[in-house]
Amino acid sequence: MIFAGSQSVIAQINQWVAPTIDWHALAPELVLIVGINLVLFIDLSLGAAKKWAMATLTGLVFLAAFIPVVTLAVIGDASREMFDGRYVVDGYSLILKAIFLLAAYVLVLMSQNELEEGGYYQGEFYVLMMCSVLGMVMMTSARDLIAIFVALELLSIPAYMMAAWRKRDSRSNEAGVKYYLLGVFASAVLLYGMSFLYGTTGSTKLTDIGASLVDGDLLGLQVLAVVFVLGGLAFKISAVPFHSWAPDTYEGAPTPVTAFLSVASKAAGFVALMSIVMLALAPANSVVRPMLWVLAALTMTVGNVMALRQTNIVRMLAYSSVSQGGFILMPLVVIGTGNAGDSVLRAVIVYLLIYAFMNLGAFSIVIAVARRTRSGEITSFGGLFGYAPGLAVLMTIFMASLAGIPPLGGWIAKFNVFKTVLDAGDTAAYVLALIGAVNTVIAAAYYMRVLRQVWMAPAPDGDVSPIKVPSSIQAALAITAVGTVLLGVLPGLVLRFGDITDLTGALAR
Amino acid sequence: MLAAIEPTTTWYLLLGAVLFGLGSVGLLVRRNPLVMFMSIELMLNAVNISFVALAVRFGDISGQTAVFFVMVVAAAEVVVGLGIIVSIMRRRPGATADDLAELKG
Repeated sequence: MIFAGSQSVIAQINQWVAPTIDWHALAPELVLIVGINLVLFIDLSLGAAKKWAMATLTGLVFLAAFIPVVTLAVIGDASREMFDGRYVVDGYSLILKAIFLLAAYVLVLMSQNELEEGGYYQGEFYVLMMCSVLGMVMMTSARDLIAIFVALELLSIPAYMMAAWRKRDSRSNEAGVKYYLLGVFASAVLLYGMSFLYGTTGSTKLTDIGASLVDGDLLGLQVLAVVFVLGGLAFKISAVPFHSWAPDTYEGAPTPVTAFLSVASKAAGFVALMSIVMLALAPANSVVRPMLWVLAALTMTVGNVMALRQTNIVRMLAYSSVSQGGFILMPLVVIGTGNAGDSVLRAVIVYLLIYAFMNLGAFSIVIAVARRTRSGEITSFGGLFGYAPGLAVLMTIFMASLAGIPPLGGWIAKFNVFKTVLDAGDTAAYVLALIGAVNTVIAAAYYMRVLRQVWMAPAPDGDVSPIKVPSSIQAALAITAVGTVLLGVLPGLVLRFGDITDLTGALAR
Repeated sequence: MLAAIEPTTTWYLLLGAVLFGLGSVGLLVRRNPLVMFMSIELMLNAVNISFVALAVRFGDISGQTAVFFVMVVAAAEVVVGLGIIVSIMRRRPGATADDLAELKG
């Protein structure tokens, strides 16, 4: 009698009461929503000559959305729960919201010139970018399968369009369609897993699912659900073996969009993974741990080995970002072992923040240099030190940071990751740390190859006139360079993120 | 005799699994971007069937709400996907997934 329950569904509708809404906690999202409409309508009425104002306006909206994040962080340590605890604003989500808004602001600075000079539909681009950022900001607070799914789609669907933005360029089209087909496929896989999670636990709320799963006594369907959910999310963070779209999409898409995908979109995937794994799937550790272990080890290794053979700088950075994703996955593997609760979150969040700075910085340099050389080859960086010493020094900082050389930010990020993994103290963790260490060395090889071009090789076509860097890209470079260096020299700034107990507290409840 | 057979939740889940399998096989086997895309839609509908079947089993409304979200999101994805596919077909009529191989390595 499977329709026995249908009566009570009607009853549930009648029992519905309007939820109380905490407007202050929702303020960052509301500011973004208002901003999206504002930019959309102003864009309609603005002449082509004044389209440059859209970038400024978008930047201001991101900064305006930053204000409530700061006030919320200053006011309270208590987490604000809405909709029956399915949408939570706590320390964890506020830090991540701040990271996304900051990265989005830098990305606006990076895209401005590219869009203006290419004459690509500026207003629409920024509207889509803001929609995607809204999805990311929502993702940090989502504590429910449906909320996570909606946030994930809200951030992905505009990104599909942005990847295909140069619509008369067949490479950009190809980037878009590959990203789109695999992205939607991943969503379907993720959803199928979610439907089984819901079906075997009776709830879509993450903490309820976590309470219903029993370790060592998982149903077959539950194991399948966990595998599908992790597989679907692995696409979004471009973990090997689900990474095949990433290099093609990154190479074909306009460079600012590539930066957006490899930093913001990937970070959002990690946020979804973190929330789901920590809150819902923690009791299913016997399935989650081996799977994440394999994903992390494969992602680091394959990403690095492929990056070694690349001659195109964007494609190299694409594989490099795949392998960095493997490093970010490492701490998630040791969730639930020993006292690795807070330190896992801290390691991942600190890595995401520093990775955002250094990767956006590297892409800003690529954009600045490619404006002159019109080439994506690594050899086009030859002799950069001779005619653009400033850019050369900054490129050195970003590459060294990506390689994890002290005292730059990337080193602190890697240090945290390795410390967390080693703290777990079992054989699997030690082996993973060993694989990570070998990969750090391999990674240094291809980052240094770029630096060798920058410092030692001659300029490829003998053209040594200085590069004019537009002021917006200068600003982006300044922000990212300061972030990369400062977090490396003063790691205390971010290591205080340790008080992210809200999420782990919810786990214990 | 026929009237005595009551479909159970398992039946619906099996139907969902079959549809999901058909969709994923279609995605791997077919080379036309439009047909690949239709295969994915089939997979999303398989998800809907299993959500509804499980929601009815629990007598719980959140599974049925999920279906509405999936349908709306799938519609939004259709709009974007068709836009991208049309812009490719305009440049290269009759292009298949194998033709989209400019980016490699």
